[in-house]
Amino acid sequence: MTDKRISIPRRTFIRGMGASAGVAVAGCSKTDPPTYGNLLRMGDNLTYKTHRLLLPEHSLAREYDYSDISSVPAIGTTNPADSNQLLFNPEHGQAYEHLLAGAFADWRLTVEGNVAKPGTFTLADLKRMTSRTQITRHTCEEGWSAIAQWTGVPLRAVLEACGMQQDAKFVEFHSYDAIADSVDMIDALHPQTILAYGMNGRDLPTGHGAPLRLRVERQLGYKSVKFIRKIVVANDFGDLGKGGPIGAGWAWYVGM
Amino acid sequence: MAEVAVPSNDIDAPADSDGHLRWVRVCHWIVVAGFFTLAVSGIFILMVYPRLHWGEVGNDLMPSILDLPISGNHRPDEYGTTTQFSATAGGPVSANRNYEIFNQNGWARSLHFLAAWLLVATGVIYVTAGLISGHVRRDLLPRLKELALGAMWRDFKAHLRTQSKAALGGPPYGLLQKLIYFIVIFVALPLMVITGLSMAPAITAPFPILLDVFGGYQSARTIHFFCFAALLLFVIAHVVMVVMTGFWKQVRAMTLGK
Repeated sequence: MTDKRISIPRRTFIRGMGASAGVAVAGCSKTDPPTYGNLLRMGDNLTYKTHRLLLPEHSLAREYDYSDISSVPAIGTTNPADSNQLLFNPEHGQAYEHLLAGAFADWRLTVEGNVAKPGTFTLADLKRMTSRTQITRHTCEEGWSAIAQWTGVPLRAVLEACGMQQDAKFVEFHSYDAIADSVDMIDALHPQTILAYGMNGRDLPTGHGAPLRLRVERQLGYKSVKFIRKIVVANDFGDLGKGGPIGAGWAWYVGM
Repeated sequence: MAEVAVPSNDIDAPADSDGHLRWVRVCHWIVVAGFFTLAVSGIFILMVYPRLHWGEVGNDLMPSILDLPISGNHRPDEYGTTTQFSATAGGPVSANRNYEIFNQNGWARSLHFLAAWLLVATGVIYVTAGLISGHVRRDLLPRLKELALGAMWRDFKAHLRTQSKAALGGPPYGLLQKLIYFIVIFVALPLMVITGLSMAPAITAPFPILLDVFGGYQSARTIHFFCFAALLLFVIAHVVMVVMTGFWKQVRAMTLGK
């Protein structure tokens, strides 16, 4: 017995201890958002981990009545084709001008990464899929809020249509402006997480992210990426470079 | 037996003190650091959208109840043309914001929550230790007979006449003193936490009652601000009282102990 106990390879034991200490100290694992040694990002991860540990996965954000719909400012990028805007994307901004002029007939949503059937969707394809309409509050990190009605296809339906794999951990969203962001699978598969093409009963206006934007109702507004062109299903956390929130010095998880 | 503190709340009666308990002193300074960090980061956050509303919604395209002159971020004239969402005039509109705003929320928001974690953890430890040790009951909880308006009014007038007695360097506290400490610890600071949580979409999804209690996201934000303003007034009054009752003796009592 004694022999068996001490026969655990020392390296395995040390690695195990190190991993336990790592989890205990920083709550880290390979699939966690990186902190790059930044104390603020460690605090973000503490909030994220605590929310995921203590809060129910499936609770719905409050939905409002049609009469609650309010005025909504369009901020950040209001036209990805405008090279004067702060978050202009030199690689994809030009293409947006052509798509906008053609009423997005040539627009395609690309879905790739850890899916069995990577592919593209036209706007008509998405509108033919199951739809969900919700009147929710947009809560901007700046401090303002607004209520609007959003219509779109649940992200879950698109991911399932593409054969999402069980070991997927994150879903990334890439925009026609310089923004990119991601959510974990709890938010990605949440029933209120939709790819919205309609706002207040009409097509999504340009300033609000036409032709397709994300709605993540249990996080602040900036997680709801506008002007989506590509979705990537990922097994590991990607910081998405300068376009991602962490690269830009912001929190990745903003449920608070 | 003369050294034993006589529990007395009469401002004229001299009393001695055993000084502040060590864990009270440690908690006090962590709270000071946490409050200062929350105040600074909170003001930066407020500067990004320096307007207060009531209800669920409020933004640049809507009227406010108070515009604070702490940043130039609210410039409705510089918005683009407004577009009606509905066919009926006077309904909700959309407009593009065509100017860059002051926004340091990348660090300010994360720092705010980091400090909030520190303050909440310290608060839980403080209240738990305070209840177990009897500090809350003995030193902070006002006796029923002390809550007579006459006694409080006399103590208030004594403060206005700057007739506070010299520092004891610890409890027993004066009547108004412990009343205010009690309100700060058990009303104002918890209200800050709860109104703060009421602004979090991840929290109000499972607990929508928070939105009903405060009347909406913007109401919670407005209450959060005015409660902060009250706490700031308390901090100023607290420091003034420390200075007036013997600054170095008081600081010594709250750091090294009596």
